[in-house]
Amino acid sequence: MSGGGTVAAPARVAALPRVLEAPRRRAFDWGRVVVHALLLICVAVIAFPLYYAFVISTQTVQEVVARPPILRPSVHLLANYAEAWGRSHMPRLLWNSAIVAVVSALGKIAISMLSAFAIVYFNFRGKAIAFWMIFITLMLPVEVRIMSTYEVIGSLGWLDSYSGLTVPLMASATATFLFRQFYMTVPNELVEAAQLDGVGPLRFLWAFLLPLSWANIAALFVVLFIFGWNQYLWPLMITNSEAMRVVVIGLQDLIPRTGTHVPEWNVMMAAAMMALLPPVAVILVMQRWFVKGLIETEK
Amino acid sequence: MKRSVFRNRALPYVLVLPQIAVTVVFFFWPAFESLRLSLFRTSPFGDKTSFVGLENFRKLLTTPEYYQSIANTFVFASGVTAIGLGVGLFVAALATQKIRGLAAYRTAVLWPYGIAPPIAGIIFLFIFHPSYGVLPYWLGFVTSYDFNWLLKGWVAMALVILATAWTHVGYNIAFFLAGLLAIPTSVLEAASVDGAGAIRRFRSIIFPLLSPITFYLLVVNLIFSFFGSFGVIHAVTQGGPGGATEIMVFKVYKDGFIGLNLGSSAAQSVLLMILVITLTALQFRFVEKRVTYS
Repeated sequence: MSGGGTVAAPARVAALPRVLEAPRRRAFDWGRVVVHALLLICVAVIAFPLYYAFVISTQTVQEVVARPPILRPSVHLLANYAEAWGRSHMPRLLWNSAIVAVVSALGKIAISMLSAFAIVYFNFRGKAIAFWMIFITLMLPVEVRIMSTYEVIGSLGWLDSYSGLTVPLMASATATFLFRQFYMTVPNELVEAAQLDGVGPLRFLWAFLLPLSWANIAALFVVLFIFGWNQYLWPLMITNSEAMRVVVIGLQDLIPRTGTHVPEWNVMMAAAMMALLPPVAVILVMQRWFVKGLIETEK
Repeated sequence: MKRSVFRNRALPYVLVLPQIAVTVVFFFWPAFESLRLSLFRTSPFGDKTSFVGLENFRKLLTTPEYYQSIANTFVFASGVTAIGLGVGLFVAALATQKIRGLAAYRTAVLWPYGIAPPIAGIIFLFIFHPSYGVLPYWLGFVTSYDFNWLLKGWVAMALVILATAWTHVGYNIAFFLAGLLAIPTSVLEAASVDGAGAIRRFRSIIFPLLSPITFYLLVVNLIFSFFGSFGVIHAVTQGGPGGATEIMVFKVYKDGFIGLNLGSSAAQSVLLMILVITLTALQFRFVEKRVTYS
């Protein structure tokens, strides 16, 4: 251990010239080992359920039900994933989820940009009312207006349709606030210069604000994509046909309920892995944007 | 701050129109419908409605099942929140050691946020499975107690709480880490120079500085577990066994969609609305404060 400490020390001292800590270096290193060990335990505990689900998705039914439980992957990954792909209309389910996630995220970003632009760059009668109306949507999650929203969608003839799945998700107070916040940090000189050059409002939005907003748009997109992909109550209510289901709901048909089914948990877990992979991959690949989006949409 | 604005009579209205239209049609109209329906009794076929005043609320508040669902909701919400904040603070405390690889650890705990709670519920359903799951198997070495969630209400509750908390732990950690990074290093260094140990530094400097974030996360976790919890209940326990995991949001759906008792369902929606308005007001009081401090 002391060997590792000596190797690492020069780099650290160079990076953080804190001379006062030098006499306590040895004790400090042990502290670090303990901290890393505790953090690794946390990571392992958090990773275990997904690891276990993956392991099950590679086993045969015999291996799944074996006692003691087998906690290492087997070799039937392809067979199980092919089975799950074919059995539950998986391509259709994933496609529907992708449409809901992408369209609702883009729609939210578009209408929030426009309304935030109106609120920051114009004075108009009813501005305060518009702002408060958008704010109040925060207090009306779908869970508190279940039955009546269903009736509204029904009277629009939008049950079992992509419009019904996406448009009602598009009002977003948080996205509007994020853009409003961002526009207010854009220097006043920019809009003054643009106006002197005779640039109109729409062109200003398109050619000046939009290029400045990409970081915010990317951050919002990641957060909203995951929000849309993981919707449950909303699609459950307004879709009846198999063809319009989203994947999070479609998975339920594969749950082997106790007693009546062959315990095909391997196929179930294979389908679950397919359903959770897209949003998890988006978080991992676009992590920087995701964290930015999470923290900033809450301001 | 005074901003330069564009002058145009009609354009701002056109720009806010899409947002306002969606808001009015899908938020305001249904909310008013819920308010109205809560004062009426609708026959199961929906052909007759009659005004009953506050009768739906009176009935609701005299049924033991409703109080049971309130109690379940609070158990569920406090379980999810306690685990989220507890693990979040624990990792935050470890992270104050300014060790290397903090970003890697953050990645390693953040990804479950992408997993929908119902899918997490299905995974935990198998982990808890009475015959095949690994958890009852391991617990079997320690005790002969039968951890069968189909029979024991509290085991079912533990299942849905753990599954939900699992997806949300990384969110809390991300916020605590962001809060930690905002604490000036000079403050912590000054404390170490004064001889404050790691635990003391955390207790007397870091925790007080993190307390606004802790309060904020407390409210957000409560809102999330009150309202975001429908999927995991619906996919995994359906409120069972014996109503042990029937939380308020699930009951609104069950009484309305399956029981077709629209008046009672609407009355429950109204009570939930009051709850969420209170919590959101709390959340924004905090945000205002934070804005003035910074």
